[in-house]
Amino acid sequence: MAEQLKMTGIKKVFPGVVALDDVDFRLLPGEIHALMGENGAGKSTLIKVLTGVYDIDGGDIELAGQKVRFTGPLQAQQAGISTVYQEVNLCPNLSVAENIFIGREPRKFGRIQWSEMRKRAQVSLARLDLDIDVSAQLDSYSLAIQQMVAIARATDVGTTKVLILDEPTSSLDASEVEQLFTIMRRLRDEGVAILFVSHFLDQVYEIADRMTVLRNGRLIGEYRTAELPQMQLVSKMIGKELEALEQIEEHAREATVTERGTPIVDARELGRTGAIAPFDLTIHAGEVVGLAGLLGSGRTELARLLFGADRPDHGALLIDGKPHTVKAPREAMAEGIAFSSENRRTEGIIGELTVRENMILAMQAARGWTRPIPRRKQDELVDRYVKALQIRPADPERLVRDLSGGNQQKVLLARWLITEPRLLIIDEPTRGIDVGAKAEIQRLVAQLADGGMAVLFVSAELEEVLRLSHKIEVLRDRRLVEELENGDDVDADRIMQTIAGGATT
Amino acid sequence: MTVVTTPPTPQRNRSLLGGRRVYRPNTKHIPVLATLALLIVMYSIGVYNYDSFGDTQVFLNIFVDNAFLLVVAVGMTFVILTGGIDLSVGAVIALTTTVAATLLTAGWPAGVVLPLVLLIGTVLGLGMGAVIHFFKVEPFIATLAGMFLARGLALLINRNSIPITNDFWTQMAQKRFRFDDGVFISLNVVIAAVVVLIAALVLAWTRFGRNVYAIGGNADSALLMGLPVGRTRIAVYTLSGFCASLGGVLYSFYTSSGYSLHGQGLELDAIAAVVIGGVLLTGGSGYVLGTVLGVLVLGLIQTIITFQGDLNSWWTRIVVGILLFAFIVLQRLVTRKAK
Repeated sequence: MAEQLKMTGIKKVFPGVVALDDVDFRLLPGEIHALMGENGAGKSTLIKVLTGVYDIDGGDIELAGQKVRFTGPLQAQQAGISTVYQEVNLCPNLSVAENIFIGREPRKFGRIQWSEMRKRAQVSLARLDLDIDVSAQLDSYSLAIQQMVAIARATDVGTTKVLILDEPTSSLDASEVEQLFTIMRRLRDEGVAILFVSHFLDQVYEIADRMTVLRNGRLIGEYRTAELPQMQLVSKMIGKELEALEQIEEHAREATVTERGTPIVDARELGRTGAIAPFDLTIHAGEVVGLAGLLGSGRTELARLLFGADRPDHGALLIDGKPHTVKAPREAMAEGIAFSSENRRTEGIIGELTVRENMILAMQAARGWTRPIPRRKQDELVDRYVKALQIRPADPERLVRDLSGGNQQKVLLARWLITEPRLLIIDEPTRGIDVGAKAEIQRLVAQLADGGMAVLFVSAELEEVLRLSHKIEVLRDRRLVEELENGDDVDADRIMQTIAGGATT
Repeated sequence: MTVVTTPPTPQRNRSLLGGRRVYRPNTKHIPVLATLALLIVMYSIGVYNYDSFGDTQVFLNIFVDNAFLLVVAVGMTFVILTGGIDLSVGAVIALTTTVAATLLTAGWPAGVVLPLVLLIGTVLGLGMGAVIHFFKVEPFIATLAGMFLARGLALLINRNSIPITNDFWTQMAQKRFRFDDGVFISLNVVIAAVVVLIAALVLAWTRFGRNVYAIGGNADSALLMGLPVGRTRIAVYTLSGFCASLGGVLYSFYTSSGYSLHGQGLELDAIAAVVIGGVLLTGGSGYVLGTVLGVLVLGLIQTIITFQGDLNSWWTRIVVGILLFAFIVLQRLVTRKAK
């Protein structure tokens, strides 16, 4: 079969880094092809080259047998390459219909034909089984619907030859993912070549026909999905064997907390109107408590209450058995509570500062600005955590924004670990990072708990919560619905049922 | 009053999902409606308190006295809709009037001077737009530089006020459109109305107009959606430069003079009018109609203070300051509620 898209010997160099080195890549018409690799492997760069955001420093791109070279996203789109990005890249202030058609609105004498446009938008959304008011502003809809609108935009043009989906599922729930897959299969059958990028291996195995693996900007190989077992894929992606991953599997379940003194935090009927209904929750030293629930179920809101980032308007919070009103994060920090935010980029790391400066931040804040931490002490601490967390590159003076997502997450963790907290709240520490880094962070959490630290672990991935937690708190619709002691009888299905509201107790 | 079209608000689909949607004003319209309400309240206060405030001519004079500001504010609306700002417009007015007066005094024909001064402003706007786009300079800084440049050039040409005695200019300045009952508007008002109308149509019905909104909504997304972000951004500053120089021409009609200190702080009046008119300072939301209302609010404040007679004219500034503050808070509240 002739390739729809053929890239040969692609090279892309950024100052100081070779992002893509002699990479070949091909897409056949009517296939779903997964692009796999760890963060920093060159997936995003390859996609940006393909969509015309970056120009290439070497190599050839052939689209349907024609040699092409794009100077911008517009040219790529006109050539038939449409893209849906991980973060919804649409304009929130425009209507749904406009977001689908802007740049190619139906016009008569230069005048946009709004009613025609709305009609067409309705049709193209109907193809995705979506019936919404297309004249409403985009940001009045949920992220999932926005993502669907982005897909509608990408697939509306009948000329789409190549559809690129870069992490399209990270903001979708299970049923929405299914819906998306149905659409992808339909488009595939219509002859569109689809490039799919996802960190969820299960999804990749469900949908992809073939896959290409990249590592460190190099091509590792191209495989048929059916012929490459999941474990082998992972080892190809990270380039080492996977004993590490398997080891932690059984770890958490074995370690049971025997002694239970006064809990570090004890929330009684704690709640905040509009954020989370009143809940009871105790966390003991050495305990990992997992929060499970769908996006928007109140996971983050609960965590923020405990840290004092939001003020509760109901109930009481006991710290070490004593009533305490945590009014601000500073007070929580003084009590030994640390919070690592889910928004790595906006609420966490500061990209313009170095690894060392980022790590020292929380500790310096706790000491107050009048008592700067001596440089020697800083270097010592930073050195220790860079080693302990295996942060790469192991250069404390590197700017954090140059690090990959997983390493940024580790820097963020280190920042809080340096303050030696008694309770560490981590919100979605493994989202959007690769398998290897994920395993390391999970192992670290387990180690910290063994060392006596209490951890509140928030994650959308049930497997991960199950693997690590002693106790799982299940949230639904901004309400803590059930507390499960993690044991042999608890598995992902059980939690899913509880989340879905079908659990019988 | 001027007829202005707002972008088409599609009729609501009544049967959709069994009437799940309850009618409430579109959040995008709330700031404009608030300005309209404010305008009505202020006007009623004026009519109630002062004799002959209700005369049609008093109202029309607001347009006559602020036509130049309206034109400048329309250009500013485009810029602010993209999330930018243009601080050079007041200085461009000064430069335009100074160049026009100097050349006319030197005996140049009006037919050459008029296009020339319009070109100067447009090219200056183009230059600032290019600097903003190609060198990724903050609009605030680039247009601040443009402001110093234009004001400096004007001062270099002539420090003094130059009277304009050119026939064409005088004719234009004295041209009145009279209505049956003796009320009138000046040519400036007609020009401003045409500018407003064209701007409203462009924003609502053309690709360029919608691209302006898209860039204000999210410039990075707009780029990835394949929209001509650079071209559009340069175009809005060019447009603002053109509007500023056209405003300068109207100002020279209005004052029959050219002066390098004309239009001091006018950029801030224009920004204030746009913001009070409900255009979001961060871009992406607002209408030209709002800007018209914003200019009217500013003009009405001045009129009320004139009628009051015993108030210092600086009260205008104080009231504008308070209103500006109130409207920015309103914008915050509305956008937060929308989320």
